[in-house]
Amino acid sequence: MISSRTRSSGSDRQATGTPRPAHGPWLAQGQRLIVSSVLGWALGALGLGALGLGADAARAGELDWSGSIELELRSFLSDPAFPDQLRGGQGSVVLAPELGFKTEDRRHQFRLVPYLRLDGRDDERSHFDLRQAYWRYVGDGWEILAGLERVFWGVAESRHLVDIINQTDSVEDVDEEDKLGQPMIALSTSRSWGTLALYVMPVFRERTFSGRDGRLRTPLVVDTDDAQYESSAEDSRVDLALRWSHFLGDWDVGVSYFYGTGREPRLVPAATGDRLLPFYDVIQQIGVDVQYTRGAWLWKLEALAREGQGRTFGAAVAGFEYTLYQVKAAADLGLLAEYLWDDRDDFAPPTAFEDDLFLGARLALNDTQDTTVLAGGVVDLDERSWAVLIEAERRLTDHFTIEVESRLFLDVSEEDLLAAFAADDFAVVRLAYHF
Amino acid sequence: MRINPRFKRSSQLAVASFAISSMVASGLVAQTMEEKGFEVAARSDRSDRGFGDSRADLTMILRNAAGKESKRTLAIHTLEVADESVGDKSLVIFDSPADIDGTALLSHAKILDPDDQWLYLPALKRVKRISSVNKSGPFVGSEFAFEDFTALELNKFDYKYLRAEACDDLQCDVVERVPRYEHSGYSRQVAWIDQTDFQIRRVDFYDRRGDLIKTLTLGEYRSYEGGYWRTHRMEMVNHQTKKSTDLLYGDYTFATGLSDDDFVKNALLRIR
Repeated sequence: MISSRTRSSGSDRQATGTPRPAHGPWLAQGQRLIVSSVLGWALGALGLGALGLGADAARAGELDWSGSIELELRSFLSDPAFPDQLRGGQGSVVLAPELGFKTEDRRHQFRLVPYLRLDGRDDERSHFDLRQAYWRYVGDGWEILAGLERVFWGVAESRHLVDIINQTDSVEDVDEEDKLGQPMIALSTSRSWGTLALYVMPVFRERTFSGRDGRLRTPLVVDTDDAQYESSAEDSRVDLALRWSHFLGDWDVGVSYFYGTGREPRLVPAATGDRLLPFYDVIQQIGVDVQYTRGAWLWKLEALAREGQGRTFGAAVAGFEYTLYQVKAAADLGLLAEYLWDDRDDFAPPTAFEDDLFLGARLALNDTQDTTVLAGGVVDLDERSWAVLIEAERRLTDHFTIEVESRLFLDVSEEDLLAAFAADDFAVVRLAYHF
Repeated sequence: MRINPRFKRSSQLAVASFAISSMVASGLVAQTMEEKGFEVAARSDRSDRGFGDSRADLTMILRNAAGKESKRTLAIHTLEVADESVGDKSLVIFDSPADIDGTALLSHAKILDPDDQWLYLPALKRVKRISSVNKSGPFVGSEFAFEDFTALELNKFDYKYLRAEACDDLQCDVVERVPRYEHSGYSRQVAWIDQTDFQIRRVDFYDRRGDLIKTLTLGEYRSYEGGYWRTHRMEMVNHQTKKSTDLLYGDYTFATGLSDDDFVKNALLRIR
């Protein structure tokens, strides 16, 4: 379906099934990230030098060191649907230190947040990333940032529709909330009329996918070593984004524009028929996010129009969050409902949220351990399939937290995008040490 | 919400109260207990005008009924807003426990309307506008309710003078105050304000049923340059649950260069 636009970016790629060089992909990617971040810091050092600061500023600055180490055990409740997939438990370790430095006048900020996951069962899930690695200069009412950063846009809970700057790190979790660091130069100004930000993004990040051994994957493995691009510049196309955001009384509003390589790939069968290749189209997108906060109600809307993936389409998430405060002792109960709609055609990357309803409840005990429990589900109003999430977290000591999560895919019809995950109900425990 | 030991704020009625006290001084009108109560509160409030901006680090010690302690550390940045029809702006940044390091709360306080508040969640780099009607809910699991921290703007209460009595080494005016804002968890509060420095030394809180629920003791007051008084120890005891929370403040710094730019949504993104 994309034949004329598909180009092979490497004729010497190995066919899936033959062993890949161990950890090759993420090392290569890591090198690019390091180059991007070093460039950001070099700009920062130049900035410091130009302003005649340098050594004095460095001596008087403020160093901030923190982070976490996490042990994760994920357990799949059923046998796998596809050959070679792991069964039972999947253990992994995450190392995520954070290092920050600010000059005494707080004008220059440097930040480095590497991220490493080592997975015992799925090589593709073992990966390294620089979540953040930037230099920022804060002027009077404006700022500039160079390097890798995470940018979040939006208000909804069930789907982060307008959030487009960062690529999804989808081997982390299926909720699309984990993102790869995006190389960028970002310029923003905050005025009485709101905040205006411009993002120039010179490097594209490919989405991560589970490997052959991994669960939560498509029947055919996605070969991330052979990504295809609409742009002849491939992953070096310079992408642009612009966002205005503001609040007026009870209204918080954001309007965004993106022009560049879309973060969602189409998955195209390779000519050999034994694997899928991610294909990234060039898109334009206009997004709007609005929240109206009144009393205990938060009313939310995210909507977008996107051109470049099949026919131009619209998508929206709209709903509310209502909190019953002190429903029992100090505990608060939040009730959430969101309707999801997406109008894309079959030439666009598939979505599970074409006509869906999300219902959820969040219980916050407001105890000293910050215990919270979240339960929710998205039901497909056409197919009647359910994706259910139950999550509980709690602080154990000043340094340890524990999180238990389960995702269930119920009554999934074969027509549904989630059909590939139908056998992948799982429960996961995460024990984290924070420092 | 604002975590601020200044249990008082300047407000537009300062001029009016000055007029009242002038009239009282010249014996033109008899002063009611309500007027006298307001006057005492206003005098305390007025002692803090013009501080501009401040920063302070503080340690919060939460103690359960069995005496088991847990600790949090946070920083508070405050910007005085000259327009007296609105409240001050504040930023609370958590430092520990380590799992909430970098979490921050930005508040634009109002007088009677709910404050504008945004929560910053560093894991997602997400700024979320939150509801501020939860006045009586506990702040981060402590014995302080959100409203206990909210800048106690003068006009958030109706006042009544009760009596004068000794409070530790000082002589205090005892004033009752009744919240005028919605969603309060209190039917009334009784505040002890000393007659020397006009600072609040103690507050008794009565729940909606009228029962005594909590007592706040404020100590270790110090006067900073410009004559601004700050408490460095606040102890809140809940008589019903037997739990308590202490707030221990480090040194304050004033005129730190904070401006409106530091109290906008976008500023939350550059905290860490």
